[in-house]
Amino acid sequence: MSSISTPLADSAIMLRRNLKHSMRNPVTVFNSVLFPIVIMVMFVAVFGGAFATGESKYIDYATPGLLVMAISYGLGATATAVNDDMTKGIINRFKTMDVSRGAVLTGHVVVTTVRCMVACAAIVAVAFAMGFDPDASALDWLGAIGLLLLLSFAAGWLTVALGLAAKSVESAGLATVPLIMLPFLSSAFVPADTMKAGVRQFAEYQPFTPIIETLRGLLTGTHASNGDVAAAFAWCAAFAVVGYLWAVSTFKKRA
Amino acid sequence: MKSSAIAVTGLRKAYGDKVVLDGIDFEVEAGSVYSMLGPNGAGKTTTVNILTTLLKADAGTASVGGHDVAAATKAVRSVIGVTGQFAAVDELLSGRENLQLMADLKRVRDREVVTGLLERFDLGESADKLVSAYSGGMRRKLDLAMTLVGRPRIIFLDEPTTGLDPRSRRTMWAIVRDLVAEGTTVFLTTQYLDEADQLADRVAVLDHGRLVAEGTPEELKRLIPGTHVRLRFAEHSALETAARVLPGAARDDQELTLRVPGDGTSRSLRALLDRLDEHMLDAQEFSVHTPDLDDVFLALTGRPTADGTAGTDTTDSTRSTGTATSTEAIAR
Repeated sequence: MSSISTPLADSAIMLRRNLKHSMRNPVTVFNSVLFPIVIMVMFVAVFGGAFATGESKYIDYATPGLLVMAISYGLGATATAVNDDMTKGIINRFKTMDVSRGAVLTGHVVVTTVRCMVACAAIVAVAFAMGFDPDASALDWLGAIGLLLLLSFAAGWLTVALGLAAKSVESAGLATVPLIMLPFLSSAFVPADTMKAGVRQFAEYQPFTPIIETLRGLLTGTHASNGDVAAAFAWCAAFAVVGYLWAVSTFKKRA
Repeated sequence: MKSSAIAVTGLRKAYGDKVVLDGIDFEVEAGSVYSMLGPNGAGKTTTVNILTTLLKADAGTASVGGHDVAAATKAVRSVIGVTGQFAAVDELLSGRENLQLMADLKRVRDREVVTGLLERFDLGESADKLVSAYSGGMRRKLDLAMTLVGRPRIIFLDEPTTGLDPRSRRTMWAIVRDLVAEGTTVFLTTQYLDEADQLADRVAVLDHGRLVAEGTPEELKRLIPGTHVRLRFAEHSALETAARVLPGAARDDQELTLRVPGDGTSRSLRALLDRLDEHMLDAQEFSVHTPDLDDVFLALTGRPTADGTAGTDTTDSTRSTGTATSTEAIAR
């Protein structure tokens, strides 16, 4: 019967469950993988020609921002899935079983990361098809993938916390809207210094801008300033720590 | 002497000013069915939640399977199985996958366990359909099947038949009997007296967080007044006459009704009707009532159930089954 139950094995079982959920929910797949591609095509093929982004091709400028946007789009599904778990009674079953407490949450965070990575891979593939011409060494690519992983993981914890804190599935979905909007008010699609005052300051100081700049530096061979790189990692760390602590304390409170 | 599977002393729980459990004590013998009976809001679910480590009690001690629920939560969780009031199943997985998930989490390696449970609960045909397509009764069955994975020694069932049709109720009862035959201890909460009567070795009646009675179903039934006939008259004068010719009846002047105690047999009914005829009395309404939870409460607490919930929100079908069964029990 029951032998040693390790948190890691429990998390892997929960991950398998969440993966099945993701695959079976067409809305999730559409929102997190197809929708970012639709936006990408729209920005690059429709608006792109009119944007002034310096001498580089627009696709080269926009791809790093689109990668971050793809991650933020994947988060909505996580918040609703977490909230669904909490409100549907299945969580009480897990709680009365000898199952590692954090496994449910870890499963959600890992599946979010996996989904975001799939979305990013799709964005990169479509970008190449649309003429993306990166100037990045293998090491730069590794750095970019690492940063995307870190961002997905960190934002994943924050989203799990949002999903736990929300009263209903609807409000859980709504809670992630700011995260989805942030890339549009960043340097993702146009450089921040072309924006109107007010919006510009917001774009310069919000978390996604340094993350996008760092990513852009890695992928276009221009290398971002040390300040941006430090800010990118600091924001990711902050997301992860705040999200983790908030998620764990909310999880304990909700019976 | 048999050991007790569950032992509870002085259990208390309050939310702010609202006292939910006001110091309850009971013991459940291993391998028996213990039923907690009470209306909505009596504290049944709170009791189950404390015993299954979902809630912490404010005071008192509780041990399950010999482990303290507050200090040894992990040990308690490893010996129990819980089926809550609302089906705790995963809608986006199939029935088989739900059971497999439980088997994985409990590290049950035997593949036969899942197929065995699917067959036992008659879910084989829908095993690979998503649970979101299951009916309420199927969900309940799957829920219970999930609880049984890994053969827990002590099983908690919180109102397992509320909202089920009469046939599904009988199936559920049969399953509980099988479990007990295998030596499992079952702690069951219910709103239905007949359910406790059918299944339980001992019954506790919970009201406003206190145990107002505890004993075997037979002991409990002796506390309940017997069957009665309710007559409603058109006029006050008719009620007046009827009350005079039928001694021992309780009258309600406002409703123009009369409660006549009886044993529910056809002979006593005929006698009553003959008596009405003799005095040229015509009752506008005539109904036979058998004891139900409302009567138990009336008898035990001197007032009807708090807000009548236990009596009024039961569906007609379950209600009639309940009445029929209690009639049998009383007639015997």
